[in-house]
Amino acid sequence: MKTVASFEIKYQQYLDPEGNLTQKKLPKFAENHDELLKMYRMMSFVRVFDTKSIALQRTGQLGTYASCLGHEATHVGIGAAMQPEDAFFPMYREYGAQFWRGVKPHEVLLFWGGDERGNNFSGPQHDFAWAVPIATQFHHAAGAAMAFKLRGEKRVAVSVIGDGGTSQGDFYESLNAAGAYQLPAVFVISNNKWAISVPLADQTACETLAQKAIAGGIEGIQVDGNDIIAVRDIMEYALAKARSGKGPTLVEALTYRISDHTTADDATRYRDKDEVEDAKRKEPLIRIRKYLMDIGAWDQKKEDTLLTECAAQMDAEVKLYKDAGKPPIESMFDHLFGNLPESLVAQRDAAVAEAQHHG
Amino acid sequence: MAKVAMVEAIAMAMAYELEHDPAVVVLGEDVGVNGGVFRATSGLQQRFGKQRVMDTPLAEALIAGMSIGMAAMGMKPVAEIQFSGFIYPAVDQMINHAGRLRTRTRGRLHVPMVLRAPSGGGIHAPEHHSESNEALFAHMPGIRTVMPSSPARAYGLLLAAIRDPDPVVFLEPTRLYRMNKQEVEDNGEALPLDTCFVLREGEDVTLVSWGAMIHETLQAAAKLAEQGVGCEVIDLATVSPIDFETILESVEKTGRLVIIHEAPKNCGVGAEVAATVAEKAIYSLKAPIERVTGYDIPMPLFKLEHDYMPSVERVITGIRKVLEA
Repeated sequence: MKTVASFEIKYQQYLDPEGNLTQKKLPKFAENHDELLKMYRMMSFVRVFDTKSIALQRTGQLGTYASCLGHEATHVGIGAAMQPEDAFFPMYREYGAQFWRGVKPHEVLLFWGGDERGNNFSGPQHDFAWAVPIATQFHHAAGAAMAFKLRGEKRVAVSVIGDGGTSQGDFYESLNAAGAYQLPAVFVISNNKWAISVPLADQTACETLAQKAIAGGIEGIQVDGNDIIAVRDIMEYALAKARSGKGPTLVEALTYRISDHTTADDATRYRDKDEVEDAKRKEPLIRIRKYLMDIGAWDQKKEDTLLTECAAQMDAEVKLYKDAGKPPIESMFDHLFGNLPESLVAQRDAAVAEAQHHG
Repeated sequence: MAKVAMVEAIAMAMAYELEHDPAVVVLGEDVGVNGGVFRATSGLQQRFGKQRVMDTPLAEALIAGMSIGMAAMGMKPVAEIQFSGFIYPAVDQMINHAGRLRTRTRGRLHVPMVLRAPSGGGIHAPEHHSESNEALFAHMPGIRTVMPSSPARAYGLLLAAIRDPDPVVFLEPTRLYRMNKQEVEDNGEALPLDTCFVLREGEDVTLVSWGAMIHETLQAAAKLAEQGVGCEVIDLATVSPIDFETILESVEKTGRLVIIHEAPKNCGVGAEVAATVAEKAIYSLKAPIERVTGYDIPMPLFKLEHDYMPSVERVITGIRKVLEA
């Protein structure tokens, strides 16, 4: 037998868990301290948002919420690398990317607070709503990328999936189509090692998830998803490649879900405490903060000020969320179709009348 | 004006929209150079190019999901599912996303796509090629389901479906693809969605049907007319949402209702028609409502398919039952 094809998967990292550089030459954006600080500020805000959201759920003020604790570098890195005209197709815990793109925190709270108005969010109006069914969003990104390609627009569709999502047929189908059509798309796997209670080793025999790209005939790259510099670097690479007509990329970001799957989950039922403690030492904020302090761009005083600012901003967002109240009953019907059928007009009127009658 | 078969009328409608609306694209398995396995896209790629008429990889969830992404970004994809029993992988995308995106984003995004698929039996096709699955889509909020029953209605309704701002599942009866050619003017005039068509007026009994079974229903009506029975034949056309106004008006006149469909009886669209007539017009009824339908079994392979599908005789028996009640 002879070898007819062989493949390799590259791994990118600039900052190790202790905040030490693992490469001498940094990407251009990372030489600009203001850029790094902007990303660090967003990561810090996302963490405050996450902590507060869990607290809201625990006190009965929010529905089931999917935490992003430990994922901050992955999604802030995605958001920072994208352009507003690009289209984002999130899973459901990429808040950092969405905030970067202009989605308001209270809009995310509205969604988890059981209110569709949360999906009518600020920021780029072409960005998709959260996709709770697993992997379906990759097809939407492929379709958007096809639209951009057909119209000759220099835009890229970016979608995110979890490690569990890579077991779905939709995942393979969209990578395959993106390869066949050479679509301007970047597919990101947020590999946080756990699909609710199923660890990665039970999900797949693959050594890396990035190598699943090979089946689709596209490039797959692994990146330290807790290293904001590496994530943004690889995203900028993949976005530029897609924008210049050189096709799609699959990026596997290695991170860890420090929290429960959602507030409805209890990860202590299935997960080793030592593993979580180890992950906490490798989480993304520690290393970038250490690095920023090492290069003299950050100090404890600035940190304290930032956290106070984040808390105040979050309080204002929580107020907006709480003040939103209940959406009007007729809104359940009014947006179902562009032209509401007669039968639904009757149901809408009945639902409104019922509510008025019984209050 | 040349007479065309339904499959040609369908291609004509797509060609008209490809010609007049740059946002329209056609996609599916073998729709390109091959013109579709039923030839519904015949000649379109040659005329409009590979950018407008695209073959897709063999993956139905992808076809539906990509169409949603394209539609939300301002295109108007007209996607083809090759055979009726192959549509199920696309159902996830249709129910979870196509039908929901507008409402869950409060109108920010919407999905002007058409999912075309062949439907029904009667052409001696292999397994999984002859299913009637309109009830499945009729149960999905946010989606219109349309079934044409003649070349002219296929042309006009498909134009309307492509121009509609929301997802439409367009189920084409394969049995009618090449049956009963008809003059169809290629004038770009759409027919209304959400509207029944009264194909024959009568005073004694209302017959409600759609898709291929319109053919047997009209034949039954013609035979009974020879015996002095006046059947009013209503083609549902838009299977969901149903135009009940036309049906109720007819039932109030005739006092009798027979519903004819090829799909299984249990939870079929006929059940919805019967239930609504019972709710709104039961005092107009002179006899119990009758349904003449397929059986609640998987569509049999073709040696028995004509024993499964309602025949003209079964339709007449059903009509006689309500006339004699």
